[in-house]
Amino acid sequence: MASRTPTTRATTGVTTGTTPTSPQKAQSTAKRKTTAAQKVTATPKAPAKEKATVRKTPAGARNPKSADDSAQLIDFYRQMMLIRRFEERAARAYTQALVGGYCHLNLGEEAAVVGLMSAMRPSDYLFTNYREHGYAISRGIDPNRVMAELYGRIDGVSKGWGGSMHMFDITQRLLGGYGIVGGQLPLATGAALAIDYREGDEVVLCTMGDGTTNIGAFHESLNIAALWNLPVVYVIINNRLGMGTTVEKASAEPELYKRASAYRMASERVDGLDPLAVYAAAGRAIDSARGGKPFLLEVMTERLRGHSVVDPATYRSAEEVADLKENDPVHTLAARLVAEGILNDEALAKIDEEATALVVAAADFAAASPFPEISTLFDYTYATPVPNDSRRLPGEPLFAPEPLPGQEVSA
Amino acid sequence: MSIMTYRQALHDTLRAEMLRDDDVFLIGEEIGVFEGSYKITAGMLEEFGEKRVRDTPIAEEGFTGAAIGAAMLGLRPVVEIMTINFSLLALDQIVNHAAKIYGMFGGQARVPMVIRTPGGGGQQLGATHSQNIELYYAFVPGMKVVAPSTPADAKALMLAAIRDDDPVLFLENLALYNTKGEVPDDDTPAVIGKAAVTREGSDITLIGYSRMAYVASKVAEQLAESDGLDIEVIDLRSLRPLDRETIIASVKKTHSAVILEDDWLTYGIGAEIAATISDGAFDYLDAPVRRVAMAEVPLPYSKPLETAALPSTDDVIGAIRQTLEAVGHRTSTTGRKS
Ligand SMILES: Cc1ncc(C[n+]2csc(CCOP(=O)(O)OP(=O)(O)O)c2C)c(N)n1
Ligand SMILES: [Mg+2]
Repeated sequence: MASRTPTTRATTGVTTGTTPTSPQKAQSTAKRKTTAAQKVTATPKAPAKEKATVRKTPAGARNPKSADDSAQLIDFYRQMMLIRRFEERAARAYTQALVGGYCHLNLGEEAAVVGLMSAMRPSDYLFTNYREHGYAISRGIDPNRVMAELYGRIDGVSKGWGGSMHMFDITQRLLGGYGIVGGQLPLATGAALAIDYREGDEVVLCTMGDGTTNIGAFHESLNIAALWNLPVVYVIINNRLGMGTTVEKASAEPELYKRASAYRMASERVDGLDPLAVYAAAGRAIDSARGGKPFLLEVMTERLRGHSVVDPATYRSAEEVADLKENDPVHTLAARLVAEGILNDEALAKIDEEATALVVAAADFAAASPFPEISTLFDYTYATPVPNDSRRLPGEPLFAPEPLPGQEVSA
Repeated sequence: MSIMTYRQALHDTLRAEMLRDDDVFLIGEEIGVFEGSYKITAGMLEEFGEKRVRDTPIAEEGFTGAAIGAAMLGLRPVVEIMTINFSLLALDQIVNHAAKIYGMFGGQARVPMVIRTPGGGGQQLGATHSQNIELYYAFVPGMKVVAPSTPADAKALMLAAIRDDDPVLFLENLALYNTKGEVPDDDTPAVIGKAAVTREGSDITLIGYSRMAYVASKVAEQLAESDGLDIEVIDLRSLRPLDRETIIASVKKTHSAVILEDDWLTYGIGAEIAATISDGAFDYLDAPVRRVAMAEVPLPYSKPLETAALPSTDDVIGAIRQTLEAVGHRTSTTGRKS
């Protein structure tokens, strides 16, 4: 556990502090290293030890029995269960060779995904990476179309062109999952630039993995965003692993949210197994960005399985795997709903059934959707027709055979 | 002589070179604990320790550049870049630095390093993860680019690359890792810059490298059986330097050529080969030189589209048949005999 005493850094005037851990978390995540919210808020001009930099946890997280919070929790559970069942089905479809390429799942990250997406307005923009099915669904995209994309079908969100790693939907303002680590960071920064340019009030949320903070684009993007006061929230989904490389092995400052201080950017770390905590922290981060102060939010989460569907994750110890089971955010939330008398087992089972039915329907929809026509292969190279575009299939000659010079047959 | 996979040949050679020379070390993402994305470095961390099998953060520009710097001080780093697509993030360090340091400083510093990286499409990895962009490196003076297609060459070219005093981009291929072949036991390095005639023939020359050299051999075997064709196959093995002599000698003998490449047609590796043939064997040609390459699109994920965009055995056979038809046409109308 990080130090609970606020410490200061004279050079940047950054203050570190923590808020009390919520009771639910204390019992469910006893073994975890995270506290509910550890914050670094860059306030270069404020006195270093000012208390106000450690903001209060919103009432909801400490008083989860209010009617609003109960409804919120049920909604979160519903969404998380849908992602859970969807991802399990995606994994199965992959082993049945209905899905190809790389397939990275959000299993273990459901609370983080749902908490983040719920804090966004419909008009806000999302940039994410290849581990994105849950985001697409939570953003409001029909699971049928998400599954159809995995199947490479015409009704997929990217018309079958992108696959698992590359989903895009302009109406839900999902501006892409990206397969190149860090590729989305400069793009998200640029989208925020466009919003700022047009004096809009939207915010860009840009998610990335913990490992992604080590790519050069992370530094370049955060610096630019802070320098130009862009409306963007960078979110680190810290599942503690790159593929098999731990955060400690990859990052000289393993408390990743602290990196924001290099740019005098506000930042915070939050427990990503608690959807309410994530929701609240994301709300603060988004508010900050909307006010022209970009934000770095680190969400501490878990990756329940391998890096992608094909990775058996043999590099993880049995103890670690057991811990994962114990920290499973879907189970944790289910237990909490029961413990707090919000839902009983029967109601939980019903939510599960509904989610399962949606996923079965999505798989049926995907299987029934046609593959794109081969004739469309050249339709997406350029946005407008251009003379001399090469529209040849492999092996097609540049020029059709002609009679030898002087031997043309007269018509 | 033993039979092993391309993957095994790479693994064993890296290991042998590590044992032979303390200055050789491995560096890259997920090569240690994870044992490599494609398991080439399996077991190496355990045997050699963290100093010599260095897992890096996801920082292609940083760790490739660091390897270049270490090489300037005489170490012999073998960098693994997970796939050639990610080498784009290190392009500046490779092109502006690794390839320039020897010349720009008047020959005072050498960069004896290897960058291992696989190319290859066909695995439904989508537009950014399926590219064959070795051309970017083959274009640059100061770089050497080798592209083995067999387990034996994987070994011989790796030995040569590690012992070479210049930066070598060592192109592997996802589709070749599990292919098997005979590998000699002795440690004779290949000569970088030499192509190989892997099958002698007189009817037509097929030219390829990496996976497409493998495809060329398969097609030649198949057409020998089905059509009685006598096809000559050239495996380029090295893209820079390029062995133009071997290409010309073969075309002078067969009078026609089909070039096989997994990259895009326009400005691709095949264009350089076709230009070489036009220059060095113009008077010997009985048909236009044909190229079989990938369709010029960002590669789609969807299986039927991806399959249509990638060169297949049938595409190659079609191009060979059409070329031989053109040869027949010409030789019958001009009286030339091949
Ligand atoms: C530039 C680049 N380098 C390497 C890769 C291969 N790769 C894909 S995901 C990944 C690990 C990313 O880890 P993290 O950022 O923690 O995200 P997570 O997968 O854990 O969600 C790597 C190395 C890549 N896609 N792009
Ligand atoms: Mg991670």
